This record gives sequence, structure tokens and C-alpha cells, in this order.
Amino acid sequence: MISLQHYLTLSAVLFALSIAGIFVNRRNLILLLMCIELMLLAVNFNFVAFSRYLGDETGQVFVFFILTVAAAEAAIGLAILVVLFRNRRSINVQELDTMKG
Amino acid sequence: MHGIHLTIVLAPLAAAIVAGLFGHKIGRAGAHWITNLAVGLSFVLSVVVLKHLYLDGGQAENYSLYTWAVSEGLRMEVGFLIDRLTVLMMVVVTFVSWMVHIYTIGYMHDDPGYQRFFSYISLFTFAMLMLVMSNNFLQLFFGWEAVGVVSYLLIGFWFKRETAIFANLKAFLVNRVGDFGFILGIAGVVMFTNSLDYATVFGSADSIAAQSVEVIPGSPWNAMTMICILLFIGAMGKSAQAPLHVWLPDSMEGPTPISALIHAATMVTAGIFMVARMSPLFELSETALAFVLTIGAITAFFMGLLGIVQNDIKRVIAYSTLSQLGYMTVALGVSAYSAAIFHLMTHAFFKALLFLGAGSVIIAMHHEQDIRKMGGLRKYMPITYWTAVIGTLALIGFPGSSGFFSKDALIEAVKDSHWHETDQLVYWIAYLSVLLGVFVTALYSFRMFFLVFHGEERMDKETKSHLHETPWVVTAPLILLAIPSAFIGWFTIEPVLFGDFFGQAIRVNSEHDVLAHIGETFHGSWEFVVHAMTAGPAIYLALAGAFTAWFLFLKRPDLPEKWAEKFSGIYNLLDRKYYFDDLYIKGFAAGGRALGQFLWKKGDELIIDGMIVNGTARSIGRFAGVLRRVQTGYLYHYAFAMFFGVTLILAWLLWA
Repeated sequence: MISLQHYLTLSAVLFALSIAGIFVNRRNLILLLMCIELMLLAVNFNFVAFSRYLGDETGQVFVFFILTVAAAEAAIGLAILVVLFRNRRSINVQELDTMKG
Repeated sequence: MHGIHLTIVLAPLAAAIVAGLFGHKIGRAGAHWITNLAVGLSFVLSVVVLKHLYLDGGQAENYSLYTWAVSEGLRMEVGFLIDRLTVLMMVVVTFVSWMVHIYTIGYMHDDPGYQRFFSYISLFTFAMLMLVMSNNFLQLFFGWEAVGVVSYLLIGFWFKRETAIFANLKAFLVNRVGDFGFILGIAGVVMFTNSLDYATVFGSADSIAAQSVEVIPGSPWNAMTMICILLFIGAMGKSAQAPLHVWLPDSMEGPTPISALIHAATMVTAGIFMVARMSPLFELSETALAFVLTIGAITAFFMGLLGIVQNDIKRVIAYSTLSQLGYMTVALGVSAYSAAIFHLMTHAFFKALLFLGAGSVIIAMHHEQDIRKMGGLRKYMPITYWTAVIGTLALIGFPGSSGFFSKDALIEAVKDSHWHETDQLVYWIAYLSVLLGVFVTALYSFRMFFLVFHGEERMDKETKSHLHETPWVVTAPLILLAIPSAFIGWFTIEPVLFGDFFGQAIRVNSEHDVLAHIGETFHGSWEFVVHAMTAGPAIYLALAGAFTAWFLFLKRPDLPEKWAEKFSGIYNLLDRKYYFDDLYIKGFAAGGRALGQFLWKKGDELIIDGMIVNGTARSIGRFAGVLRRVQTGYLYHYAFAMFFGVTLILAWLLWA
């Protein structure tokens, strides 16, 4: 029997993976965006799991909204990325340090 | 009468404003006409007031014109106290001032600052009149400072000359020292009486004298002694008493007319007048009078000695002025206030005469002031010569001249003073100083006189070919001043010294009243002359001084130089003016500058600018420099920081 605990563990593993992806990845900005997506999915996983566990559909409604927003966000993010690449001819994360103090 | 008083004061002020601000509109002639008329009017009206008070027996007037401010019962007013002391000063001031105004027309004839000069001397007359006519300490202080400012402006009248700027700054600074004492004295008066009005303060003089103050903890002083000494320090600055005398010889950098008016006849006597005016206060403090007497005696003798070695014609007279001011101060110290004022009056006439005479010589010599380059001017300048004879005789106290009466009475007063019983040391210092001073006075006066007017002609050919008597605007004041210098003593000695001329204006304790004592044996001016010829050594000392001068500077002119080499130690001491200037310039002034330099470099630049102001900025900058390393600009660092932070907060929320 798959319990809540298992879902949550999976979700935590996904979240940890995505954080590790953000920290470790120093080359590709697209990977960064993908990690953020993965983070959102991990959260969605939690929502769905708790929704089933508590018998409350609200959580699943939230997931729909989050997925929609995430899709929009990915579109905007990719668009910005394209513009960035056009300007700088690179999407290397280590080169993006104009905010350096 | 009130209208007349006000006109006397305001006429010179109005003229000064017109000549000063609209000088270019009214032109040179306009400037000298308006100021001459205004000061002449003041003089005539002063004589009217004198006649009213003396001949017509009018009462002294004391009234306030205007209340400037009232603060906790302390009234600050503008008012006049017109008694016989005041009116005597008014007549002397306006008369000498008028003579100088006339003289200036000739002396400053070619000067580009003609209108400015007239404006200043009229302004001076106004300030001096405010000073003498005041009925309260505040207005006295106003006049006191105002004459100081005008003196500053006039010493530096030729403001392109380096030496003139140095001299006027020096005069101003040295006077600040004196004025500091003066204002502390006034503050003391206010502290004990809560009043600035003369009448009130004099009325409560006894209560001040009954109190004591501890300036230094543990040594109580009589309050009156403290106030009087502080006030007298003010007088020492203005009347150039040792050791605050150093500014007066240097003030000779100014044009000669103002040397005559301000630095000989009137302004420098303000201190003498002030002490005489404050006689009800000074009479209550033996210590203060002893202080006054000692300072006066030192000045009278030692400053006279300096006159012997000076070669600048004006400086010789300047040292003579110092010495004569010392005489007046001695008279104040022996409570012979009337004698001091009497000598002040005669001195004003003959010293103004001598200065204007010197100015006349300077014009003729084309602004050469060194007496070693003059000589034999007698036949070129007869009027100047004869007026100088009168002035010099009056200065040395030749029997019958005005200076004789005042100085001989003064010496008599010192001789018979109460100090003989109360303090032998002070008595002998004073008496010997004034006696030997007579010899010294005659020596330097006749040295200058002989070197200028007699002997061989030492000027160059160019100057010699232009030598001639000066125009009438120069010689007329000389003659007008020579008349009182010669004769005024005959008529005034009896009322001023032994009569009741001053009445209540000057108060003397009966046990101090040496003039009353002398007055018992006084039987007219002629008797006084005869008495002096037979009794006192003073007159013979004067003649001896004149004879010595004749011997040394006409008969054997080689001797002084030889002696100067032989006694070079003493000669240098005199030539360097007892090293007072060195002490002040290298000691106080250099010390003050060093202190200022230290505070500037260390205090201001290092501590305030370096550590407090820039230090704060620098340490913030350094701190920010460390802190900015945190902002790497890398996304993953920020993400890590966010995650780390959230983790910390969560941990805190869970376990705290």
C-alpha cells in the first residue's frame, strides 16, 4: 500500500534534486528553468497527495492553477532567455554577473 | 540746552556721513567745508555750554534721551551728563579737532583720499564727544570702541603701505587687551549694582567697597579694587600705559593731523578722563590707586628715555606723549584728578601744536621724517619755528607756559601726596619718576628741536632748494594753538586746580585731597611761578635737560655717537624699546600663532577632519568594501542564500 509518507518522500526528493540542480548547475540557464519547473512539480505533488489524504478537492484545483501559471512562466522565461542570448551570445550562468557589487 | 547738547554731538556725525558717503558728489572743497563748519559749530556751542555752566552758574545736567533696551531691570540708555568736567573735555576736543580740520586742508591737499579723511576725523569727533558726554557705562563703552575703530581706520589710512597695516592691526589688537579688562570692569559694576547709570553706581559705591570677591579661590579681594583695576586696564590700553603702550609709537604711520588729534591730544586721554570721571569709585580703593600710580610713574620715566634715541620726528613726539600720559596717570594715582585733567588740557594744546608743527616740517621736507637729515630750518620756516619754540617750552614746563603750570602743580601734588605716609615705596617710585622725567623730557624735546631747527643743514640739495614756509591753512592752526599753549595756564590754574571748578564732578576723600592742601598756600599765578623758581628742583632739572641737549647736539655733536658706542648695551636696550616689541611679537603673537597652528593641524585637520568627519566616511567605505563581496552577482549564490535563510527560519520556527 502506497501511503502519504511515500508521496511526501518522493516530493521531497524531487524538491531536493531541483535545488541541487540550481546550486550545482553553473553553465546552462535552461537547466535552471527546468529545475524551477521541477520544484513546482514537487510542490504540486504535495498538493495532490494531501488533497487525496484529506479528501478535499481544493488542493487539486490549486494544482491546475499552478500548472497554468507555470506554463505561462516557462513561456516568459524562455522568451527572456532568447532575448538574453541575442544580447550576450551566451546563456552561461557563470557569465551573468552584472549585478556584482 | 538739550538741543544744544544734541547739536554738538550730531553735527560732526552728519558731516562725517555726508563727506563719507557723498564725498564724490560734493567734491573736495565741499567735504572740507561741511566738516569744518560742523566741527566749528560744535566748538562754538561747547563754549556756549561752558559759559552757561561756569560764568552763568548753570546747573550740571544729567538726563536720558532714549532707552535702547531694558533687561531684568538693567536699563540701557543713551543719555548725557553735562557737568564742568564734561564741558571742559568738550571744549578741548572740539577746539583741537577744529584746528586739525583746518590744518588738514593743507596737509592732505594732494591726497586721493581727501574726502575719506575728513569723514573719518569728523566721525572721530562724534565718537569722542559721545564718550565724554555719556551718563552711563554703556554709552561710554560705545564711544570708547568707536574712537578705537576710527583710530584703526586712520592709522591704516594709507592702506597700501605695509607698515601702516601692521601698525593699525597692532593698535587694534593691543587695545583689545585693554578693552577686555574694561568690559570686565563694567560687568563687575553691573554685577554689584545692576545699573549702568553713573549716578546710581556712584551712589552705591560704598556698598560695592564693602563687599569682596574671590577671583582666585581662597584669596578674597575687595570688590572695588577689582572693578577699579579692571577699568584701569581699559585705560592702560587706550591711554597707552606700560606695558600696553606699544601701539602708540607705531600709530605714527598714520597721517600727521590724526597723530596730533587722536594719538596725542584727545583719544589717548580718554583713559585719563575715564578714571577722573570714576573718581568716586577709585577713591574707595587704595590698592587700585597704588596700581595706577606705579604704572603711571613707570610710563612717565621709562617711555621718556626712549624718546632720546628715536630719530623719526613723529616718534620722538609719540614717546613724549606716552611720558606725558604717564604724568597724568601719576596725578590720578595721588588723587589729584583735577591736576590730571588740567595737564590733559594743556597737553592737548601744546602736544597738538608740536605734532602739527612736526607735520609742517614734514611737508616742507617733502615727507622726510628723519631728524638726522634736517637742521637749520629756523630761517626757512619762521612761523613753524616760533610756534615750535612755544610748544617745546610748554612741554618741558618752562616757567609761565601752560605746561609749566600743569606739570609743576602735578609734581607738587605727588610730592605732598598722602602716599608719603601710607606707602613709602610707591611714593618714592612716583616722585623720583616725575622729577627725573622732567630732565628727560627737556633733553629729548630740545634734542629734537635743535636737530630740526638749528645746527648745520643736513638735507640734500634738492630738498633744500624747495624749502619754504607752509601755507596759511597749516600755519594758522599752529598760531591758534600756540596762544593757549603759551598763556592758558595763567588763567586756568586757579579755578581748575584750587577753585571749585569741577564741583561735584570729581570726588576726592578729604584725607587724599592733596590739591586742597597745596591750595592753602596758593596766592595767584605769579606767586606760583616765583615759588617754583625758588623751591622746586623741577624747573632746574628742565633747564639742565635743555642745556644738556644744547651741549650734546649743538656744541659737541660728536659726543652722542661716541657714547652710544661706549654704552652700547644701554643704547641697544633703548633702541629696541626695552624689547617690548620683541616680547609681544616673538612671544605672545608667535606663541598665539603656534597655538593656532597646532590647533589647526592637530585639532582641526587631524582630529575633527581626519578622524571624525573623514574617518566616519572612510570606515563606512571600508566596511562597505567588505560587505560588497557578498554581492557576487551569481544567481546560484543568491539562491543558496535564500534557501539557507529559509532553512534557518524554518528551523528556528520548529525548534525555538
